[in-house]
Amino acid sequence: MVDKAGTDRDRPWVFRTYSGHSSAEASNALYRTNLAKGQTGLSVAFDLPTQTGYDADHPLARGEVGKVGVPVAHLDDMEALFREIPLDRMNTSMTINATAAWLLALYVAAAERQGVAPEALRGTTQNDIVKEYLSRGTYVFPPEPSIRLISDMVAYTVHAIPSWNPINICSYHLQEAGATPVQEIAYAMANAIGVLDAVRDRGDVPDDVIPQVFARISFFLNAGIRFVEEICKARAMAELWDELGRDRYGVTDAKLRRFRYGVQVNSLGLTEAQPENNVIRIVLEALGVTFSKKARCRALQLPAWNEALGLPRPWDQQWSLRIQQILAYETDLLEYEDLFDGSHVVEARTEELRKEAKEELDRVLAMGGAVAAVENAYMKQRLVESHTRRVRAIESQEQTVVGVNAFTEAEPSPLVEGEQSILVVDDSAEREQVERLRAFRSRRNQADVDTALRGLRDALSNGDNVMPPSIRAAHAGVTTGEWSDTLRDLYGEYRAPTGVSAQGAAAGDDGMQDVRERVGALADRLGRPLKILVGKPGLDGHSNGAEQIAVRARDVGMEVVYEGIRLTPEEIARSARDEGVHVIGLSILSGSHGVLVLDVLEALRSDGTDVPVVVGGIIPDDDAERLLEAGVKRVYTPKDFDLGRIMDEVVDVVEETAGLG
Amino acid sequence: MAEAPTVEALLERLLERDRSAVAPALNLVDDRRTEPARAANELLDRLEAALYESDPGRRRVGLTGAPGAGKSTLLDALVRRLRSQGETVGVVAVDPSSRRTGGALLGDRVRVRSSARDDGVFFRSMAARDRLGGLAEGTRAAATVLEAVFDVVLVETVGVGQSEGDVQPLVDTLTYVAQPGAGDLLQFMKAGILELPDVFVVNKADQGAAAQRTLRELEAGLGLGASHEDGWRAPVVAVSARDGTGIDALLEALAAHHAHQAESGRRAERRRQGRDAFVRGALQHRYGSHGMAALGGEPALLARLEGDANATGFGLVQELGREIEEALAKPRPRRP
Ligand code: B12
Ligand SMILES: Nc1nc2c(ncn2[C@@H]2O[C@H](COP(=O)(O)OP(=O)(O)OP(=O)(O)O)[C@@H](O)[C@H]2O)c(=O)[nH]1
Ligand SMILES: [Mg+2]
Repeated sequence: MVDKAGTDRDRPWVFRTYSGHSSAEASNALYRTNLAKGQTGLSVAFDLPTQTGYDADHPLARGEVGKVGVPVAHLDDMEALFREIPLDRMNTSMTINATAAWLLALYVAAAERQGVAPEALRGTTQNDIVKEYLSRGTYVFPPEPSIRLISDMVAYTVHAIPSWNPINICSYHLQEAGATPVQEIAYAMANAIGVLDAVRDRGDVPDDVIPQVFARISFFLNAGIRFVEEICKARAMAELWDELGRDRYGVTDAKLRRFRYGVQVNSLGLTEAQPENNVIRIVLEALGVTFSKKARCRALQLPAWNEALGLPRPWDQQWSLRIQQILAYETDLLEYEDLFDGSHVVEARTEELRKEAKEELDRVLAMGGAVAAVENAYMKQRLVESHTRRVRAIESQEQTVVGVNAFTEAEPSPLVEGEQSILVVDDSAEREQVERLRAFRSRRNQADVDTALRGLRDALSNGDNVMPPSIRAAHAGVTTGEWSDTLRDLYGEYRAPTGVSAQGAAAGDDGMQDVRERVGALADRLGRPLKILVGKPGLDGHSNGAEQIAVRARDVGMEVVYEGIRLTPEEIARSARDEGVHVIGLSILSGSHGVLVLDVLEALRSDGTDVPVVVGGIIPDDDAERLLEAGVKRVYTPKDFDLGRIMDEVVDVVEETAGLG
Repeated sequence: MAEAPTVEALLERLLERDRSAVAPALNLVDDRRTEPARAANELLDRLEAALYESDPGRRRVGLTGAPGAGKSTLLDALVRRLRSQGETVGVVAVDPSSRRTGGALLGDRVRVRSSARDDGVFFRSMAARDRLGGLAEGTRAAATVLEAVFDVVLVETVGVGQSEGDVQPLVDTLTYVAQPGAGDLLQFMKAGILELPDVFVVNKADQGAAAQRTLRELEAGLGLGASHEDGWRAPVVAVSARDGTGIDALLEALAAHHAHQAESGRRAERRRQGRDAFVRGALQHRYGSHGMAALGGEPALLARLEGDANATGFGLVQELGREIEEALAKPRPRRP
């Protein structure tokens, strides 16, 4: 394309939409329509059982199959997912981490079935385990073997699938967990160093290939509403990356040191109140990562206006795709060189961020690097603290959020009138996936499966690369659950630190005095301090809400039991009783509240434990009604941003239950 | 909340080792209101009396050590191993409270996963609150309840130096958990941690040389000091709570200490000393030196403790407390 001035327009970034739900077949149909609408790459969302290595018929998968992504249990599923989508011409991004090696193996096997050789594949496996421990929550194995798997994938793809990005270092999820720009930069760099050092030190690839490995590392960034700062952040990261390549890894070819990144813009700031405003936020955030040519993203995916309400429908996603298309094709953005070169304002802020991030990075490296700073909870605690500051700033109106803590007077939004304005996955998806899975298991050759699993186990025990035996296992008909169980058996399972520390609130008048006094007075009447259990049932990894509730409960004087993510309803009921708590607060954002909250209530009943339950998360109004009828005492959603008020009501609930109200 | 069960009913169920009585009993002994506190005391008094005669196979083991030494991870490993040997386990873990807000985060169970579906494990976390010396009171009460029902009671507390003194009297075996690089000999001696513990653990043995060094420092330090008065020499065991190395050796060391105490008759004696320390501490905490003086001072207390060799700690605190209150009430009412 040629513009007015006669110069060439830049090629636009890759347009993606993060999607998948119900089944491989349904998701395949969705992908094909998205491509027909002008989307230029695929971004696969897997369901939580697939991400955490369970088959659809595992008890922990209950309520989650096909909900927030597509279930892929075996080669037939993977093949169905890409039916009539030629894999040699597709750029596919897969948001998969703990089980990344397995899903890549299935992808390679599916391509082979299509007659496409691995060398021809292009795409990305997210495969960043550190940010799973820090934010995203779909980790399975302990850090050490997890890093080993990543290193294996790097070593394998650099030869076998040279255009594959084996790992996408994610700072996106850190910002979603409350990170400041400095933390986002520092922890992403620490993470990348951890992976590169591991690859280098394990000797999985010869030294002279390290520059190629370095060049294959791509990033996945966030772009928040402070979009000027975000431009500077991306530029600062590009500079740091260049420096690292040169100084730490001896990459002499500047081209191989280019900072390549994809983006999903910020969702944490998208609101439930006046949700139409989110479109404006999304546009501004998209500008942050496209404006500056020097620091422009390679691929972009945008959330939808109804982000805080539930899953987006195809129309909602289409609207977001159109934002990208208008930005790329209608505006003159792509006609110019970098707009900010020479801007001393941008330069100064960039330098500031770079410097501060370097300091924080050095701190992490001094304590032994990213893995050490995961295990000793350093990074996670910093994130929880940053998020606490963010939440408080919104509560105190120090930070304005239009429609939430300011300008709340509004006309009813026509977008949310009438029928539900979100995608609701039918419960039959789970049943059907289980049926397909069982049918698959009965038609495969069990002897082949056993041999393949034994081969996988032996290879891993011998320290051989995970990929070849996994690809063989894919062809032999092994399932996601079986592959994962084999590794669970070998490596064990990990539980990451929660980051919610024992240390109390900041000093001074923090506006919590009133609630604190109520909590103190209630302790006298209860005979002991109010004890609360904050629980996260199921596979849902959204921990922000639970963490902030735990922090606030602690800071208003409650004794808080918080045991982290991924507990079963039975475990929660059991610890509520054994710990002698006065109230249980459940947090569920994955949409599985319908099943899981009822399961917790049932487990409490069958244990004879009479403790009130409150629930928070992404809970549509109708569902909230149903939960209240089932016996839940209060339901909270993102629009309830005032944590002080929530705590006050939790005290009400305990008083009512104890007959002290 | 459900109607509180009577002391009689609770006692009966606990002595039948009924797991479902444990949580309500622990809630009761934590209750500060007058009437529940009285009931709690009665329960604890009778429970302790019954346990004096109970099966000597039951034991209380304390785990203490600096923050982050790996006590909870080790606890998890121990619980799992004990369970696989068929022993039931009750755990009390004490976490610090915020001085300023009174709130507390009881998060240990992130690392302790063994109790998920198993009736043979019970876990209760407690906030240290502002009780300082009184910490031992709540922990002792909880340990007493748990001991009624479970074979082994594990008590986890944080600290270097002081808290060993709080925990030592309420357990049969005190284990100190050190981690690699925990310090040199001089620091161990300064912190005064070489005297009380019965078993030393150097955790994180998977970290290699640093763990070896700490092991040597501790062994050297213990070589200098005398053995315990009963002839027990505290062993040092290197373990990795993470990969399970040395857990069996640690369990053997714990069992050896248990056997040693049983043979030497030390266990009963130590429980008596523990009882005395508890009574003294609780009275001091409640009534201060003023109250102790009203009782007739340390000599009078000693005489009473000697005289009532078979009374329980909880019973004595109650009884002596009443006497102190009466004595204080006579000449002039006690100022609030
Ligand atoms: C941040 C975020 C993430 C972060 C989470 C980081 C973390 N450690 O928590 C990251 C980027 C990792 C993430 C990942 C995913 N996410 Co997400 N995420 C969000 C987002 C944008 C904000 C949630 C949030 O943290 N808000 C801030 C906290 C403080 O608010 P809150 O949790 O709502 O809590 C408030 C109230 O709800 C209430 N509350 C909540 N819990 C409790 C508990 C108690 C006891 C009480 C009293 C009150 C209470 O009080 C709080 C105060 O206001 C939401 C959309 C949105 N804008 O809400 C999507 C959203 C929840 N995510 C979604 C999805 C699908 C995912 C993925 C599963 C995608 C995928 N297929 O892989 C992944 C996987 C996550 C996993 N392991 O489960 C969907 C869920 C869809 C549904 N329910 O149908 C949402 C709704 C987005 C969407 N529209 O698609 N996500
Ligand atoms: N390498 C290694 N790390 C361990 C081992 N045991 C525990 N850790 C790690 O040490 C850190 C602290 O472990 P915890 O079990 O919480 O320690 P703790 O002593 O209970 O800590 P507090 O209760 O906070 O005082 C965690 O990061 C553990 O993963 C071990 O044997 N080896
Ligand atoms: Mg601990």
